[in-house]
Amino acid sequence: MATLAELCILACSEAFRGGGEIIATGVGPVPRVAAGLAKLTHTPELMMTDGEAYLVEEPVPIGPRGDYQPKFAGHLPFSRFFDDAVWTGRRHAMVTPTQIDRFGQTNLSALGGTHKQPKVQMLGVRGFPGNSVYHPNSMFIPAHSARVFCAGEVDMVSSAGYNPAKRVPGGNYTGIDLRRIVTNLCVMDFGGPDHAIRVISLHPGVSFDEVQAATGFPLLLADAAGVTAIPDAGTLAIITRLDPHGIRASVIKDNPPAQRA
Amino acid sequence: MLDKRMTLAEVVGQLQNGMTIGIGGWGPRRKPMALLREILRSGLTDLTIVAYGGADVGMLAAAGRIRKLVFAFVSLDAIPLEPWFRKAREAGSIDVLELDEGMFQWGLKAAAFGLPFLPTRVGLGTDLAALGGLKTVTSPYDDAETLIAMPALTLDAALLHVNRSDWRGNIQAFGPDTYYDEWFAKAATRCFVTAEEVVERMEDAYPGDTQANIVPRCFISGVVSAPGGAHPSSMPPLYGWDSKFLKAYTGAAAAEGGWAAWAAENIGATEADYLAKVGGLAAVSALPLPVF
Repeated sequence: MATLAELCILACSEAFRGGGEIIATGVGPVPRVAAGLAKLTHTPELMMTDGEAYLVEEPVPIGPRGDYQPKFAGHLPFSRFFDDAVWTGRRHAMVTPTQIDRFGQTNLSALGGTHKQPKVQMLGVRGFPGNSVYHPNSMFIPAHSARVFCAGEVDMVSSAGYNPAKRVPGGNYTGIDLRRIVTNLCVMDFGGPDHAIRVISLHPGVSFDEVQAATGFPLLLADAAGVTAIPDAGTLAIITRLDPHGIRASVIKDNPPAQRA
Repeated sequence: MLDKRMTLAEVVGQLQNGMTIGIGGWGPRRKPMALLREILRSGLTDLTIVAYGGADVGMLAAAGRIRKLVFAFVSLDAIPLEPWFRKAREAGSIDVLELDEGMFQWGLKAAAFGLPFLPTRVGLGTDLAALGGLKTVTSPYDDAETLIAMPALTLDAALLHVNRSDWRGNIQAFGPDTYYDEWFAKAATRCFVTAEEVVERMEDAYPGDTQANIVPRCFISGVVSAPGGAHPSSMPPLYGWDSKFLKAYTGAAAAEGGWAAWAAENIGATEADYLAKVGGLAAVSALPLPVF
């Protein structure tokens, strides 16, 4: 029986469908396995790295390698990452920020306090600002809550979204392209009016009211919203190949089944 | 001086309080930690540090040597949040210029080319410009696009750790990724390298590996032999980062005695002392390369 994490992997892989010859970057076990699943199923033209600096045509399984030897087809080190991938728009990243607001702005840097003295310092903005103005981005949130999907705006805008108040006049924002948000409750996109976030599928047994109650801003429900697909045996076999140690079981609290009891 | 060989102490003797110093590597990878430890042994302080940060930033912050930090992240990868950096930030004890990773290298490139800034779209739509005082420019061409003017990150000195050098400063850097080390060197008035191996003449010792010469020797001011000098960060293909050491180091941030106790126990009176404490070069060389 498929787990909720496996359902999320399948849903995340859909974000990469038809992406073309671009770098698919999944940060964290679920997004990374999802990118591999996309490449091995519907979107073979995707490019990806071994998690470090080499391009591989066969997605590298996560966790300890054992006897597995990655086969390198190309080279994409950080020293060439901005000119080869990010700043040319040839990438789609799926990441897990700490906060997301109704504009799709995210925060990975710091919470509360001031910039001089934040209450909680996290990683820093990393490459989020550049990613957000140059290439498609999606998100995976393993614990959907109103702390993550916050009311108002995120504490420190690390990646640009669809907030008109943040747009310096004359800037080029055509590269902002937010695709999917997959959570432990649902799948969302930015397909509402003015890129408003809407639920496009609910995971089995989850209601829209439950999702709304766990979100700090009003959500829309897409007209065609259905139930998120549960991976079949063939899909599960590929997922197991890409995550042979079962690291995905640690991603969502208590590793629940895809279909609620 | 064509013979650029120096000691760690001689390099640190060339640095002054208040300088802007760039540190090569990336997070817990390829960090010039032997030089960092020598700075910790000295009184050098009030520094502006420019780094893709790892334990280098954490240690300097913990020791109170940083006035201002220019950063995009500080992380140890397997230990995502660097606790000493967090402590310093949450105490409000350092000034910061927070940048995107790409803007950061763009600022090094501006400095390398002697330009006041380079234009970029990166940062638009985020809080970076307002928080960092970054200004915009308007394209003088028909598009009239508004862009952020990423200021040059001009460095008084850059510190790198490389695999090999000769006494002239012909360096070689191996591993899957040398990050922005080349640009740190070019953005700096002077660049000092530590090397796993210092040879007489690169053309005699390793003439077949010249593609690993990531920056020509005119950008290198000093060369120090420091085998194991990246420890506890990784130095592929020779050794990985030291997970056990980094766990103890990060754990100490919450322990009684704090930084002073950890530093007294671990930094050592000399680099040879440090290396002996961590089990010698053999132990460092045996650290497995990380799997990503």
